[in-house]
Amino acid sequence: MSTTVDTATGIRPFKVEFEEEQVDDLRRRIAATRWPTKEVDPSQGVQLAMLRALADYWTNEYDFGRIEQRLNALPQFTTEIDGLDIHFIHVESQHDDALPILITHGWPGSVIEMLELIGPLTDPTAHGGSAADAFHVIIPSIPGYGFSSEPTEPGWGSARIGQAWAELMSRIGYSQYVAQGGDQGAGVTDAMGRQAPDGLLGVHFNFLDAVPRELLMAALNLRLAFSHDDREQLSKVIGVFMRGYIAEMGEHPQTIGYPLLDSPIGLAAWMLDHDADSYEKISGAFLEGDVSGNLTRDHVLDNITLYWLTGTGASTSRLYWETGRGATAAFKDPPPHVRLPVAYTVFPDELFQAPRHWVKHAYHNLIYFNEAEKGGHFAAWEEPEIFAGELRAAFRSLRDEGSSS
Amino acid sequence: MSTAVDSATEIRPFQIDIPDDKIDDLRRRIEATRWPSKELVEDRSQGVQLATLKALADYWASEYDFGRVDERLNALPQFTTEIDGVEIHFIHVRSQHDDALPLIMTHGWPGSVIELLETIGPLTDPTAHGGSAEDAFHLVLPSVPGYGFSSEPTELGWWAGRVAQAWPELMRRLGYTRYVAQGGDVGAAVTDGMGRQAPEGLIGIHTNLFVPGLAGTDPFPKNSDEERAAVEQGATFRATGFGYFLEQATRPQTIGYALLDSPIALAGWMLDHDTDSYYKIASAFVDGKPSGGLTRDHILDNVTLYWLTGTGASAARSYWETGQATARSAGQAPPPVSIPVGFTQFPGEIVRTPRSWVELAYPTLAYFNKADKGGHFAAWEEPQLFTEELRAAFGPLR
Repeated sequence: MSTTVDTATGIRPFKVEFEEEQVDDLRRRIAATRWPTKEVDPSQGVQLAMLRALADYWTNEYDFGRIEQRLNALPQFTTEIDGLDIHFIHVESQHDDALPILITHGWPGSVIEMLELIGPLTDPTAHGGSAADAFHVIIPSIPGYGFSSEPTEPGWGSARIGQAWAELMSRIGYSQYVAQGGDQGAGVTDAMGRQAPDGLLGVHFNFLDAVPRELLMAALNLRLAFSHDDREQLSKVIGVFMRGYIAEMGEHPQTIGYPLLDSPIGLAAWMLDHDADSYEKISGAFLEGDVSGNLTRDHVLDNITLYWLTGTGASTSRLYWETGRGATAAFKDPPPHVRLPVAYTVFPDELFQAPRHWVKHAYHNLIYFNEAEKGGHFAAWEEPEIFAGELRAAFRSLRDEGSSS
Repeated sequence: MSTAVDSATEIRPFQIDIPDDKIDDLRRRIEATRWPSKELVEDRSQGVQLATLKALADYWASEYDFGRVDERLNALPQFTTEIDGVEIHFIHVRSQHDDALPLIMTHGWPGSVIELLETIGPLTDPTAHGGSAEDAFHLVLPSVPGYGFSSEPTELGWWAGRVAQAWPELMRRLGYTRYVAQGGDVGAAVTDGMGRQAPEGLIGIHTNLFVPGLAGTDPFPKNSDEERAAVEQGATFRATGFGYFLEQATRPQTIGYALLDSPIALAGWMLDHDTDSYYKIASAFVDGKPSGGLTRDHILDNVTLYWLTGTGASAARSYWETGQATARSAGQAPPPVSIPVGFTQFPGEIVRTPRSWVELAYPTLAYFNKADKGGHFAAWEEPQLFTEELRAAFGPLR
């Protein structure tokens, strides 16, 4: 990574601007959807009634200006790192000694899923916290996602993204910071923990990305007793990898890329079919007006519309291909352990509820572990206040260390 | 199954008639495709390559004759009849040789009756295709429920085993009391099921995909190089292109939206079946070098048929049904096949199944051969060679 000063390393302000023609085309395509017949069994995937309700709301009631309004209300920037333009939101707290935190979204997410966290994190006194809880918040778009540019060569897996994030923080001028992630963001944050770049004080996860490596290897260790709960959670982990979307994106992201670019309803279906819990919740929002936390129709459609308008269905899927290659390589040649402090929150509706000893096994320096009372896979999106509370509690002890060192 | 004579059991002639506006809409959609960026690799390892699909789209919209599906199918005797609540479409070509052996042949996914059309001549009219009158077959080519012009199941349970129950009823209705059955891919699962159910009149089966190996290779020997290679071939398939299978087996509805709404998504999904057929088809579109019958027109006949019949979701559901049936029967051995079995190993097939495995799974194996050309879509790619296999396999049963 270059440390010389040149134009590439400059940080440029960024505004979202979609052309009206793009929005018109999207609306036309939704209206022209050629629908399949109704599923014969509800377990066959995203249900026709649900997607029809979504399409109806999308074309008739949804405000296509929302993304521009929401994102352009925030300080956004781009900067070139390792050959790619990285888009990020950067909101500084009014509290000078706030702790900088870098938060990485996942798939099928984007910076959209983190937006409601910004208030509670940067302005805690207005959200039930104290000034000592304040964070400066940096939310980058993963390469190939949203407004970051697409990689044009293989190799942009979690490790390379983690390196880019450290460069980003250094370029912004943060010498001490923490990092957070769930889903693919957990993979990136895990990689950062292993790389331990200068200035990274600790990490927080709401998803155990380390399962495929350390836990599955541990599962072969007969000295470890496996309880009923262990077995139940392990079977959920295995279930995650038996999903078609993971296999398809991990093996042939280009093939699924064609529908994700060409059919808005194909894209919406693919994105909504992530996990049973979030599907039920989002389906409730569209069919019954029964919203879980912040997973509102508008918020869900902001995210899908962002994927559509940026045309990133294929490039986002390629991250799974990279992750799959990375996991295979890590099995042969395990990366260094995470020695930095690690904090972990289990959300009750997550794909699996990692038992404390799994997390401890993966991350020896576990400084915080908590089971939150609400929220699922998209915890930051669904329950931003609870999520912010977790980050405050998780990193509290590192603030003192940070300021004394 | 009802045996009473009523209007439902009637066999009605069938002709395809595709309205122009459906074709116009298809062409418009192809031209309006919003393309992703190019894959980051120079081979199939990220899926169907952009250059392949762009060449396909270009040919499809600019050169392909959309009347082909109508013309090819309507030139053949087609019928429908209702069986077990589903309207079954089938092609029925009788040989001019009266003592021809009736053969019911089942297509697979992403296939349809289209993939079997070029076998009709050699099978029914052997004297014009290098064979003798004794090689003749009366040929029945049904569309699996949810595929092509058969109707979509509207209730659960239409897995391969249930299709295998419908086909003997179809043969009975046609008046055939002694017949054989053949299939590859999903058609092999149907044919294997027929063999196990042993309906009256079925005297033998032939498959070109090894169905008993789909549940895993644990029961089969792994001693020879050939056996170990077969294990390896299966593992490679499951690690490098199994997503479509898992998605269709678990979430056919989810992928169904894209398959109905985007012709290029449909084409991409259908071309991404296995490495051998992908490169052959890509070569037809990109380099103008087709392998045997896998020509641009033939490939697009099949994709166009899926599009115009709007069967992307219903065809995908057949994987879900078979997945459910497999889960239900976990641990229970299916009834054995007790009638004669023929098997042909094609060199480009996903797994080159060793004779030892086929013999173990089918103790009544009466014919085994390794063909020297052809892949997963062997009947489509090498119809003449495929026909010769069926002549040899079923000859002793006549």
